[in-house]
Amino acid sequence: MRSTGTVSTRTRGPGTTIPFWAFVGPFLIGLVIFAYVPIVWSAALSVFNAQNTVTPDEFVGLRNYADMLTDGPFVHSLVTFSLFALFAVPLTFVLALALAVMVNQVRFARTFFRSVFFLPTACSYVVASLVWKLSIFNGVRFGLANTVLGWFGGDTVAWLSNPNPPWYWVVLVSARLWLQVGFYMILFIAGLQRIPTSLYEAAYVDGANPGWQVFRHITLPQLRPTSIAVLLLSLIAAYQAFDEFYNLLGNSRGYPDFARPPLVYLYYVALGPNQDYGHGSAGALILALLIAMVTLLQGRLLGFGRRD
Amino acid sequence: MDATSRPVGHAPRVAATAVRYAALTVAALLFLLPFYLLLRNGLATESDITSPDWTLFPSTLHWENIGELFTDPAVPMARSLLNSTVIAVLQTGGQLLLGSMCGYGLARIPYRHANKVFYAIVATLMIPSVVTFVPSFVLVSSLGWVSSLRGLVIPGLFAGFTAFLFRQYFLGFPRELEEAARIDGLGYWGAYWRIVVPNSKAFFAAIAVLQFIGSWNAFLWPLVIGQDESSWTVQVALSTFLTAQTINIHELFLAAAVGILPLVVVFVVLQRYLVRGVTETGIKG
Repeated sequence: MRSTGTVSTRTRGPGTTIPFWAFVGPFLIGLVIFAYVPIVWSAALSVFNAQNTVTPDEFVGLRNYADMLTDGPFVHSLVTFSLFALFAVPLTFVLALALAVMVNQVRFARTFFRSVFFLPTACSYVVASLVWKLSIFNGVRFGLANTVLGWFGGDTVAWLSNPNPPWYWVVLVSARLWLQVGFYMILFIAGLQRIPTSLYEAAYVDGANPGWQVFRHITLPQLRPTSIAVLLLSLIAAYQAFDEFYNLLGNSRGYPDFARPPLVYLYYVALGPNQDYGHGSAGALILALLIAMVTLLQGRLLGFGRRD
Repeated sequence: MDATSRPVGHAPRVAATAVRYAALTVAALLFLLPFYLLLRNGLATESDITSPDWTLFPSTLHWENIGELFTDPAVPMARSLLNSTVIAVLQTGGQLLLGSMCGYGLARIPYRHANKVFYAIVATLMIPSVVTFVPSFVLVSSLGWVSSLRGLVIPGLFAGFTAFLFRQYFLGFPRELEEAARIDGLGYWGAYWRIVVPNSKAFFAAIAVLQFIGSWNAFLWPLVIGQDESSWTVQVALSTFLTAQTINIHELFLAAAVGILPLVVVFVVLQRYLVRGVTETGIKG
């Protein structure tokens, strides 16, 4: 990611222009049309009154931004998802790391365990939502979670339909963990395998206790680059949540006003009956800015880019 | 959970190993649970599923449910599987071709403005996809591509990240191999197709597996673009029936099981490429 020198040879001649564009051109044209045009268009729409039109003529300046920032539901979803990230990201991190460490330690059936934990990566968020919503947490007595609760004398819980108490977070977070933990575990296993054994040997020679001490002073510091990657990726993913929320809580009447991800809200603003592209674009840019700020803040806290 | 670390060769205590295996086994059972539920409920009847007494599997497995699923006129199962397959294959192939060519050009052809082009591509990696989804929809709909294969496939072909990964990979590709080809009179095009691509199969496979899974499981874009039933992907079809709850529960579970089957096969057969892809790229397709 850090290397910037594109061409390692200095021999640059006029004979390279045509081959270069033959190789790069097709991709670049598509990138301009399907990445740059939408970005610029989005920025433009965000400063116009663009309801039901994509070629608006009423310039409103920053009013769409002001509207979105004082729009209760939108701000509420940003706050909710900051809290969600605060909770889900460390949980994902700890579980992925714990699984990676354990898988890395066992010798027998290691590949089997790695495959099992990684397998949900092949599963779509829609399918996971289906199993969670209609089987495990379906809220009726025959549902799996309620059956298990029943064995211990617990009452039937309406997991998704009753916002108070907010049991739906158990459903949402467990689905996300199941889907994502294995993927981050693979990153951690790769990181663990890059740690030189000699470091551990030296620690034991110095009398370090196997266990927490070695983990704390050797494994964790050596995993730093991987840890930063996992935290950044899972943080960005948390703010852009859409699939499992839409499928777990949405229904034919729309989406309830709790646990609503910013992206789901913007989906209904921009593509709902009002087709309000102006406010939708402004909201999307606010969200992107928030993600950038939180990422930078997290990078600052973790000393991102610091060389060890 | 026991999060200790010990070097290879250090004699592990039996108790610690037992605890570790117990924890891993419990975790493995929890991770496999959803797959089991898909099969159990997919091959059951409605009354089996809603029975208050939990049974591991229904007393008789209703394999005829599969035939029922594919012949139910209310569920476009065959069509949505076909759509998903066509989209995933075209997107995977297209991304490999366009992304690898672009990456090769950036890495190997000494053109004056190559660095500027590279930065223009990298800049798109910083933009989260949320920013572009509204105007991308606007763009695609103004092209008249809503509910069409073009609209579902083409905008997803130009992932800056794929081009970036290929460039990084080709920078590390042994130059001597290509130089031999150049001496034999091959141009960039010949060297790329005859030397570079055949010697990079593992990397192409890693990217392909990631991309295929990503395409097959994509949801937001197919949901926005695939508006007519004839253009639904498997995910959109499942989601529509899940949120509207208009069909039988066992049918929905079976459809989901059928919908993940291709990926489970890809996953099991090509897992080593997938692991490689994930560790080299750190991101899902």
